[in-house]
Amino acid sequence: MQADYFEKKKRSTRLFLAILGVVTVISIIITEYNVVKGFSSLPKAVEWGLANFYPTQESLTKLPAILDKLIETLLVSIAATTTGAVMALLFAILGSNTTRVNAFFGSISRGIATIFRNIDVAAWAMILLFSFGQSSLTGYFALFFGSFGFLTRAFVETIDEVSGSSVEALQATGAGYFSIIFQSVIPSSLPQMISWILFMIETNIRSATLIGLLTGSGIGFTFNLYYKSLNYDVASLVVVVIIVAILFIESVSNYVRRAVL
Amino acid sequence: MEANEQLTSAKQLLDPQLQKKIRIKTLTKSSVVIRSTLIILALLSIYAFISFDYKQLDVGEAVLSTFANLKAMFLEPHLKHFTFTHALYQVFVTLGLAFLTTLFGAIIAVFLGLLAAENLTNKRVSSMIKGSVAFIRAVPTVLWVLIFAVAAGLGSVAAVIGMTFHSVSYLVKAYSESFEELDNGVIEALQASGANWWQIIFQAVIPSSLTYMISWTFLRFEINFAVAIAMGAAAGAGGIGFDMFMASNFYLDIREIGAITYFVLAIAILLEMVAIRFKKKLKVNG
Repeated sequence: MQADYFEKKKRSTRLFLAILGVVTVISIIITEYNVVKGFSSLPKAVEWGLANFYPTQESLTKLPAILDKLIETLLVSIAATTTGAVMALLFAILGSNTTRVNAFFGSISRGIATIFRNIDVAAWAMILLFSFGQSSLTGYFALFFGSFGFLTRAFVETIDEVSGSSVEALQATGAGYFSIIFQSVIPSSLPQMISWILFMIETNIRSATLIGLLTGSGIGFTFNLYYKSLNYDVASLVVVVIIVAILFIESVSNYVRRAVL
Repeated sequence: MEANEQLTSAKQLLDPQLQKKIRIKTLTKSSVVIRSTLIILALLSIYAFISFDYKQLDVGEAVLSTFANLKAMFLEPHLKHFTFTHALYQVFVTLGLAFLTTLFGAIIAVFLGLLAAENLTNKRVSSMIKGSVAFIRAVPTVLWVLIFAVAAGLGSVAAVIGMTFHSVSYLVKAYSESFEELDNGVIEALQASGANWWQIIFQAVIPSSLTYMISWTFLRFEINFAVAIAMGAAAGAGGIGFDMFMASNFYLDIREIGAITYFVLAIAILLEMVAIRFKKKLKVNG
């Protein structure tokens, strides 16, 4: 019996590894990924990076302009996250199983959020580029849609997790719908929601860099400009500035999370 | 008359007490932090809207034209510059990129995650790895890809390495946290019975956190699919993202973007459904 169990386990492990291997080979073939080149270029990249990719004294003169763009990008990310969170809260309350008005609106609001979440921010940026051009609003709306979709899912889960029994208790005392929402659901899920919002801001700053590259605005554009003109010292300064900003925001949000949760 | 007077005087006596509302909510540290976080975020957002670089854009008109674009995109999608089979093939290329990076990332991250878990190594090694991983994670994926592209050339090689970098940093954090949740008693019991480090890893640590690892890895696969599309667009990694970039920036064909979006949406929702079923099954078994 026991031998059987181990035999079975071994067989399923082997099968799993075989499938993994086949899928890997297929992936390598269709993506035209060169395995040898992949491994050999890693040390080459490190070597090149150590030789060229660091900020020099001259590149520091560009620092004020870079910081300017960085602040613009940070503000876009924060504004997109907060407005997205407000919308997401509305949709999450309508979409959550404990607080929804009825099943019909529940599935509609969750469906809308699913569509927004699964269209990537890069795709949104390219769509919005047609009408908004190279203004900050392209990035803002792309991040707004992405944050809205993601936060709705997160908020729905938070509301379901936190407030099942308290909603029932308040309903039993005869409290109205809005007093249940404002007195129980929102206060009890607020700490968790803030934690999600902070996570979203961190993610959005990284996405904003990508969107900037695609749409020609913000810090991503600055990087691209110096990268394409082979000014690697300034480009590396941009990277350093982004790292510092993200680590700073991460530590702030870790502090808030510890205090709140 | 007298009774009425008595009533008013009683009311006057009660009044100050009635007016003083009973404080139900006390001001704790957490509520102060919550409130100040919300206020700061709101103020920053308002400031952001004021300081945006609008570039003489007529916002109302732009919003209207976006709606028109969205309508054209989703209601009249077509493929002009390539065929349906080509698009399907490119979707698989993107999925392949996502798979390769997740696989490479997961393999490397298991080892680094073991070294980063505080209960399996010493504190110094752990914090060293966690610190460098946080550093790698702070750099956006697209910048990693572009940095590697200088040495390896634009294409799938640079994309796979750059995306693997980010996947590793993400998965190391997730894995090491689930390793650290393992009860110390289990490790001690195995150590007492004379098991060596590798035996502890393969008989206790990995089996007990396998469910977490699988669901984190699959989540990363979903993320990598989205990232692979973006890398196709921004760093010439190929796949459906590159077609989308061409449709957007060269052909300026909103209807073709619509068709590609449908492809991407279908795969992404499919992956999400698979993930949900996966999790349910794992919960039943575990």
